Amino acid sequence: MTGPNTVLARTPLYQWHAAHGGRLVDFAGWEMPVQYTSIVEEHTATREAATLFDVSHMGRLRFDGPGAAAFLDLLLTRKVVGLGFGKVRYALMCNLGGGILDDVLVYHLADEHGRPFHWLVVNASNREKIIAWVERHLPDAQDVTYADHTTATAMIAVQGPRALEITREALGLDLHTLGNYTALVTTIHGETGLASRTGYTGEDGCELVVPASIAVDVWQELFDVGQPHGLKPAGLGARDTLRLEAAMPLYGHELTENINPIQAGLGFAVNLKGRTFLGHDAITIASQDKNLPRRVGLELASRRVPREHCPVLRADASQANVGEVTSGTFSPTFKKSIAMAYVSPDCAAVGTPLVVDIRGKQEPAKVVELPFYQRPR
Amino acid sequence: MKPEELLYAPTHEWVAVAKENGVQVATIGITDFAVKQLTDLVYMELPEVGRKLAAGQEFGEVESVKAVSPLYSPVAGEVIAVNSELPNRLETLNDDPFGQGWVMKVKLSDETALSKLLDYAAYQKQCSEQG
Repeated sequence: MTGPNTVLARTPLYQWHAAHGGRLVDFAGWEMPVQYTSIVEEHTATREAATLFDVSHMGRLRFDGPGAAAFLDLLLTRKVVGLGFGKVRYALMCNLGGGILDDVLVYHLADEHGRPFHWLVVNASNREKIIAWVERHLPDAQDVTYADHTTATAMIAVQGPRALEITREALGLDLHTLGNYTALVTTIHGETGLASRTGYTGEDGCELVVPASIAVDVWQELFDVGQPHGLKPAGLGARDTLRLEAAMPLYGHELTENINPIQAGLGFAVNLKGRTFLGHDAITIASQDKNLPRRVGLELASRRVPREHCPVLRADASQANVGEVTSGTFSPTFKKSIAMAYVSPDCAAVGTPLVVDIRGKQEPAKVVELPFYQRPR
Repeated sequence: MKPEELLYAPTHEWVAVAKENGVQVATIGITDFAVKQLTDLVYMELPEVGRKLAAGQEFGEVESVKAVSPLYSPVAGEVIAVNSELPNRLETLNDDPFGQGWVMKVKLSDETALSKLLDYAAYQKQCSEQG
């Protein structure tokens, strides 16, 4: 956590953001653009055309050595041993109690020399914690090494229906044949980089990792070529409304060390059978506990926005407290107030009427299916 | 209304005082700077007509995608009119914050609060310091 005297880290694109009207804020110790013009404009551009996000603040770790797959397999809820080359998987890293330490993407790749390695993208806010966790569990066998590539590289997300077209035109990099959640090491702007068909917006698109030295050039090329297609730069504000509509959890909100993956609705990212990993036994037990609060989606009748920590109440005369909002926004796509919340399982069924207490005023809500938004395919 | 002729609260409300039917009435709105800072407005709550406000008292709220901001009355008095169409047409706050975007009219009960408000130059200075 950062105090008032902490010097904020800057990504290689910091000067670009500052020069192009980016409103810079402290995010997890990084000075990042929250918006350039308007959150709604940047959100809509992502849904309808394309946007560029600087996500260089996210932690990027490379794992090498014959023991790398087995080591990550021990740390992650998802099976890593046997993960094919070019595959990317969403997974959780949990403590022994099954609480979530971070949500990550794990990649299995071959580098420019044909050497296999694993790549882990972690949340900026958790990078130091995850490195400490990795250090603590590194095997004595010394058959795994890891390196933190976060500051030596930049990471750029190009998101939206026109993202791949723009990426091809700007960088000569055709990712149309790359399936969703796959990646490759490739040449980008004359340097070795990494491209994946991933993102955090609910749209098609890709994420590029390039050496810090060429970050501005790559970004500028994408920007120049993309502008006639309707591309805009977008900040963390739009990133948040986009991921919320797509019901993607955000660490520190939907995910904490006191939440296990099953109650978070992330069972798809947990392989319990026939293997073990840190937190496995606790998650197995938790998966059978029918009393734990569940992550749900809420839609409100009011245009007032339910914010984090707003209490969720029963809609009957008891008005009993049944949970709490973890993220909320006014959905730019649906023009409605939406939220994600954890509620008692007996209130979690789709259609259940509930009430959100927004600063003392009771606003009617109902449980709706997640995600709020799914892109047309 | 000309921004140069208005008074301002440090909390970004503007005030225009004029005599209407023999009484001192303050028309109150939100500054263009505040609207620009908020961006993406989605909701606004107005006070009830007839409500008595103290200077500095919260009288409503304006909400953007990102955050909610309370509105504070720069003056003391009774609410005699509100711009009831405004919450349905929040874009008016972007288009004409010092005119069609007015929020409420208050019949002044006490004019001492007026002397604590900023003039245009002082308010501009505050805004430039806030970036």
